Amino acid sequence: MSVSTIEKPQEVGPVPETADRMTIFAWSGELDKIWPTLILATTGAAMGKETTVFFTFWGLFPLVKNEVRITGENWMQKMLSMMNRGGDEHLKLSKMNFAGAGPAMMEHLAKEHHVASPHELMDMAKEMGVHLIPCQMTMDLLGLKREDLIDGLEEPAGATKALADAQGGMTLFI
Amino acid sequence: MSITIAMSLDLKGLSCPLPIVKTAKAMKGLAPGQLLEVFATDPGSVPDFKAWSMATGNPLVESGQDGGVFHFVLKKKEF
Repeated sequence: MSVSTIEKPQEVGPVPETADRMTIFAWSGELDKIWPTLILATTGAAMGKETTVFFTFWGLFPLVKNEVRITGENWMQKMLSMMNRGGDEHLKLSKMNFAGAGPAMMEHLAKEHHVASPHELMDMAKEMGVHLIPCQMTMDLLGLKREDLIDGLEEPAGATKALADAQGGMTLFI
Repeated sequence: MSITIAMSLDLKGLSCPLPIVKTAKAMKGLAPGQLLEVFATDPGSVPDFKAWSMATGNPLVESGQDGGVFHFVLKKKEF
């Protein structure tokens, strides 16, 4: 019986098969969910992946321009925007929101730790060519018009476009 | 033989994902085979730079630490 010698650590082999595209379905609109969405989107782009973020439902509200206050046509949509203010500088935490004190503390901590804010990450994502696509159906449903949303987004689209883009790639639902 | 560094990035103090995002951006401006040197203080950048190099195929030719500062040298991949 032969005793095998301890093997040398393996040389780095061929690059493992990786997805060359990533699609994130941004369903949530809270600060603590849209933040990791944008961190992953910019990182995906930095890794050379064709990256798409498809914003739907609550995920649309962070795309509302910060200066736009009330959106919607009818009283229900207007009420929705009153209760759920849009804009990436008015996001709430999904827990420990404390009527806005939580996000303010989070912003303070982020500055202290040199963590880029969602607003800065959104600009970075645009600059890096991340495809930011709002969902047409939920825009109509929630009363958000194209002019309510920030610049630099791609044309609103539907689920088919989102799934077609996602095909063969990495997909995340946040 | 001395190694010629084409570009040096000081990313000390920055947190995830900025060190990788800024490195990827800088790498775009380099020619194949050129070296990029990066200084960072985020401890998460150690596994991140290794993973980024593996995922993108740009070899990580050197990585080290001096006190709290991490140092990486990446080579732009040849096509």
